[in-house]
Amino acid sequence: MQTSTSILEAAGIGQRFGALVVLDGVNFTVGAGEAVGVVGPNGAGKTTLLNILAGSLRPTSGTVQFLGADVTKLRSDRRCRLGIARTFQVPRPFGGMTVFENVLVATGRGRAGYERSVEVLELSGLVELANRRADNLGLMHRKRLELARALATDPQVLLLDEIGGGLTDAEAAELVHTIKVVQGRNVAIVWIEHIVHVLMQVIDRLVCFDAGRVIADGEPETVIGDAAVIDAYLGGNRS
Amino acid sequence: MSEEQPMTHYRVQRWSVPAYVANGGFALLVLALVFVPSVFGTFLTQQLTSLLILVILAAMWNALAGFGGLVSVGQQAYIGLGAYGTIYLTQHGVAPYPAMILAALAAGVIALPTSLLLLRLRGGQFAIGAWVVAEVFALLVALDQSLGGGTGISLAALNVYSPDRRQAYTYWLALGCAAVLLAVGYLMLRTRLGASLQAIRDDEEAAAAVGIRVMSAKRILYIFAAIGCGAAGSLTLANTLFIQTQAVFDVQWSAYMIFMVLVGGLGTLEGPIVGAVVFFLIQNKFADYGAWYLVGLGATAIVFALFLPRGLWGTMEMRFDIRLLPVGYYLRRRKRAS
Ligand SMILES: Nc1ncnc2c1ncn2[C@@H]1O[C@H](COP(=O)(O)OP(=O)(O)O)[C@@H](O)[C@H]1O
Ligand SMILES: [Mg+2]
Repeated sequence: MQTSTSILEAAGIGQRFGALVVLDGVNFTVGAGEAVGVVGPNGAGKTTLLNILAGSLRPTSGTVQFLGADVTKLRSDRRCRLGIARTFQVPRPFGGMTVFENVLVATGRGRAGYERSVEVLELSGLVELANRRADNLGLMHRKRLELARALATDPQVLLLDEIGGGLTDAEAAELVHTIKVVQGRNVAIVWIEHIVHVLMQVIDRLVCFDAGRVIADGEPETVIGDAAVIDAYLGGNRS
Repeated sequence: MSEEQPMTHYRVQRWSVPAYVANGGFALLVLALVFVPSVFGTFLTQQLTSLLILVILAAMWNALAGFGGLVSVGQQAYIGLGAYGTIYLTQHGVAPYPAMILAALAAGVIALPTSLLLLRLRGGQFAIGAWVVAEVFALLVALDQSLGGGTGISLAALNVYSPDRRQAYTYWLALGCAAVLLAVGYLMLRTRLGASLQAIRDDEEAAAAVGIRVMSAKRILYIFAAIGCGAAGSLTLANTLFIQTQAVFDVQWSAYMIFMVLVGGLGTLEGPIVGAVVFFLIQNKFADYGAWYLVGLGATAIVFALFLPRGLWGTMEMRFDIRLLPVGYYLRRRKRAS
């Protein structure tokens, strides 16, 4: 179900790196409390869009609005404090700090911060590893830490970049459970993921990218049946 | 006094018994060191003053690189400013010891506009940029004839004291500066700012992504290190009574700082102190060997980087799992019954 009030809205986004056009006229919105799935072949520009939404990249053209205010020029730390949190596709833990400190630096200290940190670690299944140095974690736990750290910032919009890759069925089920808990708190979610059947368990809407453009946007079932989407994926696999 | 939070199943531990003992031990050590000038002669007092200056320098470089990821080869900029600031202030009627403290603070003030420029740079660019800044400061100071030009100048204002008194005062000021700077650095690292800095050190972009104000955190650290290095500069001047722009703004200072921190242990609070002691001993034994001394220093640093990358203290810490000056946060499960 699509929500009418949008919380995060990117309009007319273009992104070039030198001569390379990575995004071209992209419009992308997220409603309050809505979960949007993003799919598309590698190199389609999904991560680039997420960087633009999170503020770590200033787009060549277009605007980003959060809760109706223009945030295009705000840096990522400001946007985070406003309520936009993100994970990194390749995890970027604070390697010299413990797992607990990784989330604590996002929640802030004091009783409220400690409680939130513990809660977030429990939710993402990391509490047993709380005192482990983050650079000693395996990939799965690093991905969980990405999620935990983003949640620790108490976001209104959560931007997820391929946090479910390479999981077993049981691990994927745990992840879906975690995301559903977050969703239950009315946090809007943008989730880039290749594993469509996992994505389908949580999303309200699906957007498909190909070569820097949105080629489909709507009801998840409709979008995965779309001829252009199937073609983009098959085409992507063949090359 | 551990910060126990009334969470149902967990508590956060920041102190330990060994840490209490160590903190008490450090306080006692500082107290005992106060009596050095009354017990030992002027020569030893002067030697220990040099050691305290090295401790300050190592601690400042470690704070920058080990806790903030700011690897600089330009901190001699503030050593020089501290020294020449003291000269300038005494020439304008300020008493020498207050002038030394004011000059250190002035170095911090100058670090603010400098940081606006320098902190835009990252990694190697920052390191080299900091060096360039130091060279620029050195040129500006050398241009001023009232500061002795390039040929050097002595701190004449200290001649009002007898050599013994003078050395004792300088020593006490060095001890006070070292104690205050180390304590402030330690407490700063235990605050939220300390955790933010460590996050920035590990990954600046990820730190920004969790809402950390990267620039202002780095700026506070940079200014703190400038004040510390400024103090080291003014103390060096008081300890040797004569300075030259070339020597006091020399990049060799940075080499020494890096050496001490690598040998002692980057990113630990105790390491730089250990490194300073090691460097002090080497300097006293081998400084007469000229160029070979520098080669030896370089070789030692390389051996440490290759075979003992955590340094002496860092390796100890790992092996015995001790934290004498803890800055971290440990999550402990509460025992059932209590
Ligand atoms: N900073 C950059 N500089 C140059 N090219 C980039 C940069 N970031 C991404 N790209 C290019 O943009 C394209 C889209 O990348 P990305 O957004 O990561 O795709 P996706 O996440 O959909 O796999 C790729 O061709 C990639 O090489
Ligand atoms: Mg990607």
